[in-house]
Amino acid sequence: MENILEVKNLHVSFDTYGGEVQAVRGVTFDLKKGETLAIVGESGSGKSVTTRALAKLIPSPPGRIKEGEILFEGKNLAQLSEREMQKIRGKDISTIFQDPMTSLNPTMKIGSQVMEGLLKHHKISKKEARKRTLELLDLVGLPDAEKRIDQYPHQFSGGQRQRVVIAIALACGPKILIADEPTTALDVTIQAQILELMKDIQKKVDSSIIFITHDLGVVANVADRVAVMYAGKIVEIGTADEIFYNPKHPYTWGLLGSMPTLDNEEESLVAIPGSPPDMLNPPTGDAFAARNEYAMEIDFVEQPPMFKVSDTHYAATWLLHEHAPKVEPPLAVQSRMKDNLHANVPGERKKEGDRS
Amino acid sequence: MGKYIAKRAGYMLITLFIIATFSFILMKLLPGSPLTAEQKVTAAQRAIIEAKYGLDQPILIQYFKYIGNLVQGDLGVSFQLKNQPVTKILMAGVPVSAQLGIWALFIGTFFGMLLGLLASIKHNTVFDYGANIISVLGISIPSFIFAGLLQYFVGVKLGWLPIAFWGTPQQMIMPIISLSIFPMAISSRFLRTEMIEVLGSDYMVTAKAKGVSNFALVFKHALRNALIPLITVMGPMAVSLMTGTLVIEQIFSVPGLGEQFTRGVLTNDYSIIMGTTLFFAFFFILVILIIDLLYGIVDPRIRLSGGED
Ligand SMILES: Nc1ncnc2c1ncn2[C@@H]1O[C@H](COP(=O)(O)OP(=O)(O)O)[C@@H](O)[C@H]1O
Ligand SMILES: [Mg+2]
Repeated sequence: MENILEVKNLHVSFDTYGGEVQAVRGVTFDLKKGETLAIVGESGSGKSVTTRALAKLIPSPPGRIKEGEILFEGKNLAQLSEREMQKIRGKDISTIFQDPMTSLNPTMKIGSQVMEGLLKHHKISKKEARKRTLELLDLVGLPDAEKRIDQYPHQFSGGQRQRVVIAIALACGPKILIADEPTTALDVTIQAQILELMKDIQKKVDSSIIFITHDLGVVANVADRVAVMYAGKIVEIGTADEIFYNPKHPYTWGLLGSMPTLDNEEESLVAIPGSPPDMLNPPTGDAFAARNEYAMEIDFVEQPPMFKVSDTHYAATWLLHEHAPKVEPPLAVQSRMKDNLHANVPGERKKEGDRS
Repeated sequence: MGKYIAKRAGYMLITLFIIATFSFILMKLLPGSPLTAEQKVTAAQRAIIEAKYGLDQPILIQYFKYIGNLVQGDLGVSFQLKNQPVTKILMAGVPVSAQLGIWALFIGTFFGMLLGLLASIKHNTVFDYGANIISVLGISIPSFIFAGLLQYFVGVKLGWLPIAFWGTPQQMIMPIISLSIFPMAISSRFLRTEMIEVLGSDYMVTAKAKGVSNFALVFKHALRNALIPLITVMGPMAVSLMTGTLVIEQIFSVPGLGEQFTRGVLTNDYSIIMGTTLFFAFFFILVILIIDLLYGIVDPRIRLSGGED
């Protein structure tokens, strides 16, 4: 399948008073046309920074793209001028942000906010833009659009605001849609609704989607492929099936172990011990080594390369080295893998029709 | 909206009544009388004059008479200026002061906002630091110092501009500049702070992610949000302009309300003092009302009850 986006060795740093925060340290991945790629990882692992860098939305200063290529339709976005980026943002690449309470302009009617991108990127009249906006509001499930279009953000609930934010992102029919934890800031009941909406949109539009979450449970339902991020790097990437049924990286095991499933009781959840490293001084070896019960000596000395598991599945752990001892995932994860088989969650999506 | 304004107008009247009462009481508590400034007056003459102005009557009667006249729009007559009605004197001073104040406000906020806006866009550059120094100086140094400096250097030393009176554009420049320094400094400072906060907010990222140009980001998205808090400093600004005119008009011999008030105070001209006090109070309350209404227009979250929604 054709790639719409290729990210190569992306490094993003923030120059702070304390020193250089290396938020993203050599991220490489590609995004295929029409697929949904999930990026998972604990908070602070660099998911937002990576994806904001794609549309060059990193505030600068303090942030900067230090190194790497972002290839989109033959252009390296990392090299494009601000003016050229403005033509791509919102039209080809758009983002749904995390917190709907702060991501809408409080003094602008929501209609104008949705319309803005349309008027900017398409040569259409205000009237046409308004008509298209009504359709968009309808698409994101906002009832009474005719009246709502002239209201201000404070007249909307959190869930409704997130629908507006989604409408803004969808306005110009972007080729790449980035959803940065679109449900995290919402109430639990609303989360499910917005997730349903996201799945609905996934079927209706043909954008490639990058879906960011720190919740693997959500991933199972939406993703074709999954990239697991830790301390500014992708540590494992593969198809959803590969990540759920044949995970290789101890960090992925940790995430799976801490993921609640339908049949599992809360008590069998195992949180990953410790906390992520300080990105001001990232460790020399594998950044996960200090929290990794399977860590070997080399993990503290040298960063592991990406080992190939299959054509689509790669993981950066020394455990995959030919000289490494054979290690099985923890039992909790193994049973969870079986539970997943029972729940058949990733399979469910296949039944809805493989869009590829 | 109309209902709201009517309600506020009612409150305004009550406030003015209270201020009128207090200024009357304070005036009676003040030592001295309008007659102390005159040359020697005999007791008999004094009694005649006091009777003429009703100053010999019991205070309560004087008070009711005063309020009664006030309701009819009569502020009494000046004790010093050949029995001229106070309203007439006020009406002569108001246009001059208004001219001075409005120009100062307009020029001050315009340049202040320009300075603040540029400082926020060029955040943490030499320009920003320079703008910051200017506004700190403008806020902390009183306007009469600027007035004195301008008068001395531009007026006396260089001889470029006349140092007193009001009427020709040349005469107006220095008083207006002196009075505009404070509004400029305070609006620059506020707009800078607010703009920096707004420019760093999430919704600016949303706007940028739509492909909005930098120009539209600042003027279409950020400015309106940053202007809302600036409305809050309009109150203090109006006060500073009013007290500023008192001093500036004196320094440049501008025949405005401020100068009349100062003269009234110096000569114990009760009716002038009370008249101008009431006028200043009225003006200030009006400013507060306008500020509240402006909030509703600029900030959709504060649409007033009964307003269109
Ligand atoms: N403006 C910034 N200045 C300094 N550090 C930042 C800034 N934005 C993000 N970071 C750092 O980048 C790292 C990755 O952050 P982020 O991508 O937001 O994580 P995630 O989205 O995975 O939770 C964190 O360590 C965070 O502290
Ligand atoms: Mg994030």
